[in-house]
Amino acid sequence: MPIRRLLGETGEWMQGGGPHSQIVVSSRVRLARNLNGHAFPGWARKQERMQVLDSIRPEVERLPEMEGAYSVLSQDMTALEKQVLVERHLLSREHASKGVGSAVVMNRAQTISIMINEEDHLRMQAIRGGLQLAEAFELINQVDSALEARLDFAFHPELGFLTACPSNVGTGMRASAMVHLPGLVLSEQINQVIQAVNKIGLAVRGLYGEGTEALGNLFQVSNQTTLGETETEILARLQRVMEQIIEHEQNARLMLLQKKPNTLLDHVGRGYGILLHAYTMSSKEALNLLSYIKLGIDLRLFPEECRQPVDELFMETQPAHLQKGTRQKLAAEERDVLRAEIIRAKLRGFRAPDAAPLGLRAPDPGPAS
Amino acid sequence: MNCDVCQQGQATVFLTQIVDGKMQKVNLCETCSREKGVTDPTGFALADLLMGMGAAQEIEQGGVQKCPACGFSQSDFKKTGRLGCPDCYQTFAEGLAPMLSGMHKGTVHTGKRPVRMAQFLERRARLKGAESELRRAVAQEDYETAARLRDEIRELESAMAGVGSEGGTSARSVGGAGAPEPQDSEGGEV
Ligand SMILES: [Zn+2]
Ligand SMILES: [Zn+2]
Repeated sequence: MPIRRLLGETGEWMQGGGPHSQIVVSSRVRLARNLNGHAFPGWARKQERMQVLDSIRPEVERLPEMEGAYSVLSQDMTALEKQVLVERHLLSREHASKGVGSAVVMNRAQTISIMINEEDHLRMQAIRGGLQLAEAFELINQVDSALEARLDFAFHPELGFLTACPSNVGTGMRASAMVHLPGLVLSEQINQVIQAVNKIGLAVRGLYGEGTEALGNLFQVSNQTTLGETETEILARLQRVMEQIIEHEQNARLMLLQKKPNTLLDHVGRGYGILLHAYTMSSKEALNLLSYIKLGIDLRLFPEECRQPVDELFMETQPAHLQKGTRQKLAAEERDVLRAEIIRAKLRGFRAPDAAPLGLRAPDPGPAS
Repeated sequence: MNCDVCQQGQATVFLTQIVDGKMQKVNLCETCSREKGVTDPTGFALADLLMGMGAAQEIEQGGVQKCPACGFSQSDFKKTGRLGCPDCYQTFAEGLAPMLSGMHKGTVHTGKRPVRMAQFLERRARLKGAESELRRAVAQEDYETAARLRDEIRELESAMAGVGSEGGTSARSVGGAGAPEPQDSEGGEV
């Protein structure tokens, strides 16, 4: 099936939905596996990588989960196509840089993505909307069991699944949830939460942006360690922490509504005003402002129908998605103009945020001077 | 402050993570932070990077210089923070042990096992039992039992052939004859 068709369709998780989907955007579980008797992709010669690819790819393609799947060799994708998949979390940035000897196989629903010859021979992941860690694990665990029956995975009785990087050895599993935390950011509690979560062996980081800067108030929470605990134990810990983070975020939003309603309305209102009227918009600014519109919808300052178009904008304003429909590669300034145009078109029908349902009123404009 | 990776660039990205009370810090320049995928939205690179850096120093405790299966050496690990092949875990076991216990919650895998591996371990345990029963039977001149045990051992051995080995990794050599050269650059890591 041609990659073009996949790029034209949206994956299940991108359509929103799933438990706690207002705060948890998506849940992802990734397993790393390698074949016995073969050098890891980063150390193997091209011939050996091809051999590994040829033995794994048919087995992946014949999985029942992969009926009608998209199976593409790395060299058969353009840089832009790869980038679109990276933005959808179906391809890692590392895999996107691979040439001959690598491939990716994705199911129609875009819930399963299997990278061959990434850092490990196999990087298999499942992604679901909302907080669905156990469901995502179940999905990829089935795939793993089916493949394990046909492929000779490198497994050590004590160390578990052997991986190119010692930080993945054992379960080879990384589970993560992508969360939207504007309340914790605005109330300046986010750093405390990050530190608390770090202390129990989980990592929190901004999804976009560098260092501590988190664009769009989007964060990713994931397990750091893979050896010494079962998959179930790791997932349970992450699940517990996610439930706490959701509660903290909800409390932070309530607290802001009660104590700083004007700050809150100001962020939402400014976001709306700028997005609706800007003629050039960087991806950074777009993420940050869209985050407050999303918050506004959660707080019922906008009607519920606004949710889907706004969720779509998070993805559609990413650089590669933006250029998906254009004939040629755009310069940064051209992208910013196009981005602003797309956002304006989508928000045109939106009415200004209405504070009435909150029992609040927008600040009184006062007598005209 | 200089970059921890290239030691040259000016560090502008400062990363700190706490794992079980142990603080890990990495300072990176713009170029390295981009190269190492710290900005990767899919995001597992940071944990790998932090782990890999602590790792690089400790593997040197091992006495062995090169992995006989794939030709990977300690200095290669220092450069990449990645190993060469599954057998490297045996080759560098001594140096890897303290590193693994430092970066993980435990040192023994307690999670999922491949079904074939579980069967293999079961058969291996039964084989050891049968072998000692056989010795006892022979000593007691119970030839009927001994013959039955010999049959069982033969069956177990043929069932186990080809799956796993003592260390759990295959003894087959990697990449045909001789040690392979490091990956050619056309893989195109950018
Ligand atoms: Zn550097
Ligand atoms: Zn090796």
